[in-house]
Amino acid sequence: MNLLDVQSITMQFGGLKAVDQLSFQIGQGELIGLIGPNGAGKTTVFNMLTGVYQPTQGDVLFDGKSLIGLKPFQISALGMTRTFQNIRLFKELSVLDNVMVAGSRDISYGFFSSVLKTAKYLREEKELREKSLNLLSIFGLDKHATDEAGSLPYGQQRRLEIIRALATNPKLICLDEPAAGMNHNETHRLMETIAKIRQDFKLTVLLIEHDMKLVMGICERIVVLDHGCKIEEGPPVQIQSSAKVIEAYLGTDEDLQGGH
Amino acid sequence: MKILLQSMKTPLITFLVLLGIGLFIDIGVNAYIQLILIYILINMILAMSLNLVNGYTGQFSLGHAGFMATGAYTSAYLSTLIPVPAGGLQIFSFLLFAVCGGTMAALAGLVVGLPSLRLKGDYLAIVTLGFGEIIRVVLLNTSAVGGARGMYGISGPTDWTLGEWTVSKFVTGYSHAIFWVLVCFFTLWRLIRSSHGRAFLSVREDEVAAESMGVNTTQTKVRAFVLSSFFAGVAGSIFAHYANYLNPSSFSFMRSVDAVIMVVLGGMGSLTGSIVAAMFITIVPEALRPLQEILGVDIRMVIYSLSLVLLMILRPKGLFGTTEITDIIQWLKRKMSPGASR
Ligand SMILES: Nc1ncnc2c1ncn2[C@@H]1O[C@H](COP(=O)(O)OP(=O)(O)OP(=O)(O)O)[C@@H](O)[C@H]1O
Ligand SMILES: [Mg+2]
Repeated sequence: MNLLDVQSITMQFGGLKAVDQLSFQIGQGELIGLIGPNGAGKTTVFNMLTGVYQPTQGDVLFDGKSLIGLKPFQISALGMTRTFQNIRLFKELSVLDNVMVAGSRDISYGFFSSVLKTAKYLREEKELREKSLNLLSIFGLDKHATDEAGSLPYGQQRRLEIIRALATNPKLICLDEPAAGMNHNETHRLMETIAKIRQDFKLTVLLIEHDMKLVMGICERIVVLDHGCKIEEGPPVQIQSSAKVIEAYLGTDEDLQGGH
Repeated sequence: MKILLQSMKTPLITFLVLLGIGLFIDIGVNAYIQLILIYILINMILAMSLNLVNGYTGQFSLGHAGFMATGAYTSAYLSTLIPVPAGGLQIFSFLLFAVCGGTMAALAGLVVGLPSLRLKGDYLAIVTLGFGEIIRVVLLNTSAVGGARGMYGISGPTDWTLGEWTVSKFVTGYSHAIFWVLVCFFTLWRLIRSSHGRAFLSVREDEVAAESMGVNTTQTKVRAFVLSSFFAGVAGSIFAHYANYLNPSSFSFMRSVDAVIMVVLGGMGSLTGSIVAAMFITIVPEALRPLQEILGVDIRMVIYSLSLVLLMILRPKGLFGTTEITDIIQWLKRKMSPGASR
């Protein structure tokens, strides 16, 4: 069975169809790329999958369960998580607290336990703290655990967002342009990290990137969006040579002439 | 059990120390200053509890006076039904009244918070503002609690004897107030440092991200709001029984604004700040009273407002920002330690 089954979802913003009857599937353990030029509707797809927006039409099945009508925190609890294109960390909280917020589902102590500092509170807090520090150390951020998240350099903020997403114990992680604003070297290292965590955490990954070359290396299959519609889907080789994709990215001859 | 005792150690010691200080205040200062002191304690509870909503959870409530009134009137009305026993037992009835007043305010908080906190944006400010006014108008027109004349002769703390000792009205009222200040302080302090508290903070920082990371943001906001209302109700109860008199005009919009000023002045997200600001806001207008007598005109409000404006210009994040007294102590320790000078 597919882990994620997107069935003909549409997102209408007033007169604009940001996503138009999009369908695709992701199997357990796959690494899928979602690409397309600026404004193609990629982020909107993520927002629909994770419950930030409700699709105007269509259905999304995750682990066989429909996500329609669920709120983001409920979808997160089912095991789907994400990062944001424009970094959305809890800027004034410490790096560690950012991760611990996301780990709150590991906590079962109640209100009075935390006020009375019961044994259960102390134990669960300690476990969550250790687990979070452990996650941070995998990405080399444990040295910055007590720093304010907003004070980290850009690249580390991007990594912290991935760590925070991992702390929710996901099955599927959706990464929205994780390499945006990074130079070639940083991007390369990030892609290696993604491949590594995918193995270590037995994750399924859905990766948005609008730089086509970048995803070619690591994705098994790529879905290409343009103007909200899926124009192509297949392995990297097929995408690379697809006339439709090249056209979407470079524009037709007419467009080029019109632009001058 | 051992862990529980250990966790209660600091609150208990603090309580005893403050109680000891209270015994000195009892003989050392006059009744007027004692009254101001109780008002400071009440304002501390108001400021800290409002900080939970406006500071830590990043919402904006403008109706704290309404919840305070709910607690005050509930508590005062209850004391007409349940007579307060003489002697030391009176403390328990005041505790009971405070819990009931707080619970009623918390229920009101739930009713107000559920619909308005589900929406994003500043609906809460508008709805709470309306709520505060509605409560005041309802009280004005309810003859069972005195209407516009107010409610007189509310039973309050009285002197009582413990063996040889006479425990004064002030000490009884003071220890009750101190008790709740500490319950409020330690509850919030510890809650903020737990998973529940991190949820509050994450909502303040970024609601969309918090929700996506598994935080039920609506529930989190409602929880903060209900708890905040509870303590506002408790503050109202203490006020009712110490002043022995309630009038709807004590719970006007200006009292809500005062509470917001205390939170902003002290620092959104600093309990230490709320405590200091509560002292400042209560003392300054009183301290300026003699000036009025000399000059013959009431320029208190002018000075008071000017000093607030000045403070906000010099320290836009409030006196303390988000730092707490413990951060300052740690910083001082690092400075003082011999290794640091080199
Ligand atoms: N909340 C919204 N309301 C109205 N229009 C929106 C909204 N969100 C997105 N859009 C529009 O939908 C279209 C798709 O936007 P989207 O952000 O999904 O594109 P994208 O593929 O992620 O682009 P980029 O590569 O620039 O990130 C754009 O035209 C955008 O203006
Ligand atoms: Mg995007």
